[in-house]
Amino acid sequence: MGMLNTTRNLAAPDDVYDMLIHAHEGKTKEESDAFNARLILILMNHVGDREAIAEALALAEV
Amino acid sequence: MSFQDRYTLAYKTYPYEKSPDQDLPAPVRHPVVIVGGGPIGMALALDLGLKGVGVLVLDDHEGIGMGSRAVCYAKRPLEILDRLGCAAPMVDKGVVWNIGKVFHKDDQIYEFNLLPEEGHKFPAFINLQQPYFEMDILNRVHELQAGGVPLQVRGKNRVDAVEDKGDHVLVTVMTPDGPYQVEAEYLVACDGANSAVRAMLGMDFTGEVFKDSFLIADVRMKADFPTERWFWFDPPSGSGDSQLLHKQPDDVWRIDFQIGWGADRAEELKEENVRRRVAQMIGEDVEFDLVWSSIYTFQCKRMTEFHRGRVIFAGDAAHQVSPFGARGANSGVQDTDNLAWKLKLILDGTAPAEPLLKSYDAERIHGADENIRNSTRATDFITPKSEVSKIFRDAVLALAAKHDFARPLVNSGRLSVPCTYDGSPLNTPDALKGGPDRTRPGSPCPDVPLDGSYLLERLGDARGARFQILAIDAEVPERFAAHGLECGVIRLSAAGNEMLRERYLGAAKGAVYLIRPDQHVAARWAGWDEAAAAALGRAIGKEG
Repeated sequence: MGMLNTTRNLAAPDDVYDMLIHAHEGKTKEESDAFNARLILILMNHVGDREAIAEALALAEV
Repeated sequence: MSFQDRYTLAYKTYPYEKSPDQDLPAPVRHPVVIVGGGPIGMALALDLGLKGVGVLVLDDHEGIGMGSRAVCYAKRPLEILDRLGCAAPMVDKGVVWNIGKVFHKDDQIYEFNLLPEEGHKFPAFINLQQPYFEMDILNRVHELQAGGVPLQVRGKNRVDAVEDKGDHVLVTVMTPDGPYQVEAEYLVACDGANSAVRAMLGMDFTGEVFKDSFLIADVRMKADFPTERWFWFDPPSGSGDSQLLHKQPDDVWRIDFQIGWGADRAEELKEENVRRRVAQMIGEDVEFDLVWSSIYTFQCKRMTEFHRGRVIFAGDAAHQVSPFGARGANSGVQDTDNLAWKLKLILDGTAPAEPLLKSYDAERIHGADENIRNSTRATDFITPKSEVSKIFRDAVLALAAKHDFARPLVNSGRLSVPCTYDGSPLNTPDALKGGPDRTRPGSPCPDVPLDGSYLLERLGDARGARFQILAIDAEVPERFAAHGLECGVIRLSAAGNEMLRERYLGAAKGAVYLIRPDQHVAARWAGWDEAAAAALGRAIGKEG
């Protein structure tokens, strides 16, 4: 671990979480899945670092 | 013993003739026997024949198979075949393309230009029906035969048994006149993905089989489609899950339709059904002739080892990839390029056999793995294997239509480029500080224009296995020989040749390269270095 920021990094966590849930309102399961996939790709590009993404993938395994 | 052809011939170019070998009491010994007269076997035969190595090609058919099949030929194999004297007619006849368009459903999501780098003799790609490609190689074979090169091709000569006797290979051959035997110092199996030789030796061939199939239709039409590569994901016509349109010579277009794993082959190949799919795609009112159609499935597999003892494998016999990226025939020609000079040195007694053959395994397995990795990834994108894989694929396509950042993720095939033999036992560690990464040891030499000719025309050696010392703004001896090999010496200046500077010097003021007969870099230094002798030794499999 090194490239990925795993410390608390959201100034207003409830707001951000609410944005995420809100974005899915009114969507079918299929639409939500597609939306999530696009979101992941957008954020992945923003991160831009292969190592950080590898660490995130490992972390997501729980 | 009857001969059932496994495929239809486009040209019967080497009909069966009884050879004097068949009536001799003892088997005749040939330096190299090649099994399979496809493009890879013939390219190897040509290369070895030019080098003066006696070659016998045994093919169970009598000529060139029908169908456009491997339609895209990349720059590197064209450079190799140019050295062997047969690339010019291919480029004359072939279709050069640079523009690719990617569509998703109804929309064009983006367009790319391969933007080939300036200063290369050959284009990034040509499209050419495989029978033409094979015919150009074969014409050159015939030309050399007429000039007395020791190269024989025997049609309807089917290899039924192969036995490594330690100091030679005993080959049992079936012909319409019955069986006979020949001996080979080395046998090279270029007998394709279902290699009979591989099966006879019980050698591993493992990997991944993809559960999908594609229908190919070659259609002739006078339509006004541009010379571009068009790839559709989920085409609106419903004529397949994906489809690819490519221009070939003779007003023929190649269309590949993805039709799924469960497709009924016989039903799909009925002319009316093929025509229906084609019409759905190009428009009901466009007139066309159906030239050829076929169905293919594909796999990504390779052998664990590419040679055992005196039996060597090249091309699809050794490795198979999915077609996306044009990495099949193109990589096979690179196998033969890697192997021919090594066999020449081994047969001349100049180089030790096993280390050099091991380096063939190491280098070409490295190449095969790169090709398999790339074509597997393209296949996973084009034919997603799971629901979630499909969701991400569609997400990429949706984003790519609007946002440039997502376009590099669209994978409709990463087109074949030659691999760099990083980590090869034949390389000497890089000693050119500031030298370009693309010409580090192991790299294929990039072309550069030189006063009306090209660098690659001067490097390498089709008629022998000569190494070259390439000196750029550096002092080197007039002649250089070591380990029984006289090297060629080429002196150039980068003054006024920015491409040479950029591709071979980088930040360095001068450079000396040791270049293999297959135009790969073996070693490089900032100036003349006595270590060249050790580097040459290492490059021919002697411990440096």
